[in-house]
Amino acid sequence: MKHLIDIKDLSIKEIDDMIKVAKDIITNEDKYSHKCDGKKLATLFFEPSTRTRLSFESAMLSLGGNVLGFSEASSSSVSKGETVSDTIRVVGCYSDIIAMRHPKEGAPLVASMKSSVPIINAGDGGHNHPTQTLTDLLTINIEKGRLDNLTIGLCGDLKFGRTVHSLITAMSRYKNIKFVLISPDELKLPEYVKKEVLEKNNIEYAETRNIEEYMSDLDILYMTRVQRERFFNEEDYIRLKDYYILNKKKLDKAKKDLCIMHPLPRVNEISTDIDDDERACYFKQANYGKYIRMALILKMLEVK
Amino acid sequence: MNIDSIKNGYVIDHIKAGRAMQIYNLLNLNNLDCQVAIITNAKSKKSGKKDIIKIDRNIPINIDALGFIDHSVTVNVVKDDKIIEKKKLKLPEKIVNLAKCNNPRCITSIEKNLDQIFLLTDKENEVYRCMYCEMSLKKK
Repeated sequence: MKHLIDIKDLSIKEIDDMIKVAKDIITNEDKYSHKCDGKKLATLFFEPSTRTRLSFESAMLSLGGNVLGFSEASSSSVSKGETVSDTIRVVGCYSDIIAMRHPKEGAPLVASMKSSVPIINAGDGGHNHPTQTLTDLLTINIEKGRLDNLTIGLCGDLKFGRTVHSLITAMSRYKNIKFVLISPDELKLPEYVKKEVLEKNNIEYAETRNIEEYMSDLDILYMTRVQRERFFNEEDYIRLKDYYILNKKKLDKAKKDLCIMHPLPRVNEISTDIDDDERACYFKQANYGKYIRMALILKMLEVK
Repeated sequence: MNIDSIKNGYVIDHIKAGRAMQIYNLLNLNNLDCQVAIITNAKSKKSGKKDIIKIDRNIPINIDALGFIDHSVTVNVVKDDKIIEKKKLKLPEKIVNLAKCNNPRCITSIEKNLDQIFLLTDKENEVYRCMYCEMSLKKK
C-alpha cells in the first residue's frame, strides 16, 4: 500500500505519469466520472483549510466516489484526547483512502504507520504539503510546457513556507533549474534546505530582498503569503506581512510569458490589478489542484 | 593513580575528554553492583587527554547509543584478563529514544507514547533529523 507523506515519496516517473493522467482528465472528464463509484474518501482536517479540503472532496466526487470527515479538530474525538494513531485506525474502518491535515509536523507519517488504508498528507504544520507541490508541478507543466530549463523566483515567506520547501525539493530533480530566493532577512530559506537540497544537487540560486532585481530573468514567480499561524510573536507577523506587494509596476521588466503562481489564499501580496493579466496563473493553479488530486486518488486506489 | 585491571568486562577507551559521565548515564551504569571506574582527563597520545570507563562485568552494551554519543571510542571486550575484541564504533543510521525532538510543532510534542526516532541524514556533518518533523538534532 502506498502513502503520500512527502513529495520525495514519488519518483519523477510517477509524477510524470500522474501529470499525464491529470491532463487527460482535463480534456476527457466524463471518462473518469465513475472510476471511483462506491469508494469513500475521508478528509480529516485537524486544522481548518477550506480550499484544500474542498479540492479533495471535489476530486473524489468528480470520480464518482463519496466523502466523509471533519473540518476542524474540535468537532472530532481529538478534542477528547484521542491520539492520531487511534483516530486513523478507526477511520480506516469507514473509508478507502484518507486525506489528512494536521497542525503538528509528522502527524501524517504517524498515521501512515498505523493505517489500513492509503494516507495522503494534506499539510502538516510548516513541514510538507505534497499535493500542493503536485498542483504546482502540473501548473508549470501546462503553463510552460516543461519542467526543466526554468528560472523560478520564490517570494515571501521562504522560512516557514512548506509549499516553497517542497517545490524546491521537487524541482531540484529536473535539469537546468535556477532559483531566485526573494525574502526579508527574517524569512529567508533555512540553511538546511540550501545545503541539503540546493547545494547537494548543484542547483544555481541567488538571494535578494528586492523583488525587482531579477524580475527580467524569471520564467515563474511564485508568491507566498506570510502566515500568521506560523508566528509565535504577533509583532513579527505584523511587521512582515506586507513586505512584498506585487503590482503592475513591479512587473515592468518581467517576461511576457512569465507565469505568476500562488498557493492561495492570498492576503495583500498580489494586488488585485494583476488578476486580469495573462501572466496571472494562480486561479488556474487552484483549478488544476482538483485534477492532480483526482489523478493521485486513482493512483493510490490503484484504479485503472 | 592505580586502578585495578578487570577480569571480565569492558574497557571503553578513547572517549572524548569530558564525555564519560554522559556515557555512564546513558548506559545506566549506576544500576550495576560491580566495579565501575571512570577515569577522566587521562593522557592520550592522539588527542592530549581522554576519558576511559572500565566495567568489571559482561553486560549488554547499547553500541548504537555509544556510537551516537562518540563514535571515536573503542570498546575493548575483556575475557579472562585478556582483550579478546576491539569494537570500533560508527555513527548509527537510526537512534531510538536517545534524544528528544525540541520542535514545539512536532507531533512528538503532544503524543508522548511515540518513540523518539532520529535518522542520520548527513554523515559528513553528523546531522540527525527527527523522523517525524525532520528538525535537526543539536548534539550536546
